Amino acid sequence: MEENRTGWPLKIAVAILFIFLLVPVLVVIPLSFSGENTLKFPPTSWSFRWYISIFERERMINGFRVSVVIGLLVTSATLLIALPAAYVIVRLRTWGSEFLYNLFTAPLLLPTIVLGLAILIIFASVGLLGTFTGIALGHLVLTLPYALRIVATSLAGLPIIVEEAAATLGARPFTVFRRITLPMMAPGLLSAAALSFLVSFDEIVITLFLAGPRVSTLPVEMFRHLDTRADPLIAAIAVLMISLTLTVVLIVHRSVGLSKGFLR
Amino acid sequence: MAAATDDLNGGNRFGLATALLTPILLVNAIVFVVPIVNLLRISFNEALPGGGIGPAFTWENWIKLIEDSFYLEILLRSVGMSALITFLTLLCSYPIALYLHRASGAWRTFLFVLVIAPLLTSAVVRTYGWIAMLADNGLINNALSWFGAPTPFRLVFNMTGIIIGLTEILMPYMILALLAGFGRLDPRCEEAALTLGAKPLQTFWRIVIPLTAPGIALGCFFCFVLCVSSFITPRILGGGRVFLLATEIYDQAIVTLNWPGAATLSILVLVVFGAALVLYTRALRRLD
Repeated sequence: MEENRTGWPLKIAVAILFIFLLVPVLVVIPLSFSGENTLKFPPTSWSFRWYISIFERERMINGFRVSVVIGLLVTSATLLIALPAAYVIVRLRTWGSEFLYNLFTAPLLLPTIVLGLAILIIFASVGLLGTFTGIALGHLVLTLPYALRIVATSLAGLPIIVEEAAATLGARPFTVFRRITLPMMAPGLLSAAALSFLVSFDEIVITLFLAGPRVSTLPVEMFRHLDTRADPLIAAIAVLMISLTLTVVLIVHRSVGLSKGFLR
Repeated sequence: MAAATDDLNGGNRFGLATALLTPILLVNAIVFVVPIVNLLRISFNEALPGGGIGPAFTWENWIKLIEDSFYLEILLRSVGMSALITFLTLLCSYPIALYLHRASGAWRTFLFVLVIAPLLTSAVVRTYGWIAMLADNGLINNALSWFGAPTPFRLVFNMTGIIIGLTEILMPYMILALLAGFGRLDPRCEEAALTLGAKPLQTFWRIVIPLTAPGIALGCFFCFVLCVSSFITPRILGGGRVFLLATEIYDQAIVTLNWPGAATLSILVLVVFGAALVLYTRALRRLD
């Protein structure tokens, strides 16, 4: 019945468009096993040489390390900052909750190229360029709005009655929060953490403005490499990055369910 | 809620709220409010060689922006390219969104995951995938030469490459925006039109398109704005030979170290954003 209304022309068009949408990601996988010296598709010989050569590239390995450290820094800072803010906005409802929420999610409305430049100019004068702190602060401008949105939604969806019961039985507000509210928010916090990590790990434009010669992230190193030459090295790194992303997404999916975690 | 916070009277409550908000307010001040205000200010400062910024107020950057025809050229190229890409993205996304809207169950979930999967892949990776497709030695040119076509066609490191790559990269955003605006599209309306004797194509133009117009407007607005400000894909697929607003901001900021100039161009991008927003709200009002 459902399918009857969809004619064959639409189905064929949809199939072709899906191929168009997915082909640039799919093509990277066979390319990473290329044995060629240059980018040639389809490759005429196959090998693992590009995977092996990743480990000989100091810059890429260092970039990966920096990305992971900054990702973890940003994720923990994001949770520590977004959780109290969400609590004020959803629970305490003091002055202008609505206004605060809009202010804190506003950075997402600005293009990252403008944000990156604006932060570059400020950080240059205080010596934060090319430092872990500088890049992590730059990432926070993007992860905080996402995390705040997820955490606030998760907090607003909790059954308030359990907290009231605990308070009636004599628990102090902080005990209620620690023993009742926080455990119930665990799925929301996990989604916020995973999304913050992925956003930080994938961020490139702001990082490009803030990275220095020694401290720069994996996506930035990939971009710099690609800006000069395109060889299968990037394909091999890309396959590893996609695997990492899939792992994070699967962890969230297993523990909270993807639709509950990211899509609301 | 009242019980949980009962013992926090007015003053205490305000104090607690302030304490809990301090970190986020600080971060927002450091990396958002102060930098953006400063950016505006710097567009009225003189550029000194080597990344220096003169202290005096000047209109010089803005006058240069208006007088130098190079800037008018990149503005028109950016806006024109973005408009074309928005239109192509709409064409490529609409059938998928319509199909997803009508699908149901596990099949719908599966297709939905396929739509958002590219969003979880770095733009650098997807851009690289397009080089593998479009390069002289890439999939398309190799396939065409196998059929005996006079290859290679120059498909990448020029405007063609940017248009193909960005269209694909923006499709997930467009599909999600379209789906968000498809709420009013009830299958019974189409059935009614068909029952009353309308041809399928007629039903599409007279019923489906008008009912989904809010989604189309939202998707086009999003897509245009993302396109004007995108940098990574145009930079790599343009091979550094296609000059756009975003690539020029980067070049002035990082290569020539003309920060006031880059700041002025950034404000120009924000003005283009504002203009797109005005157009979008007007279109929405007309649709209602």
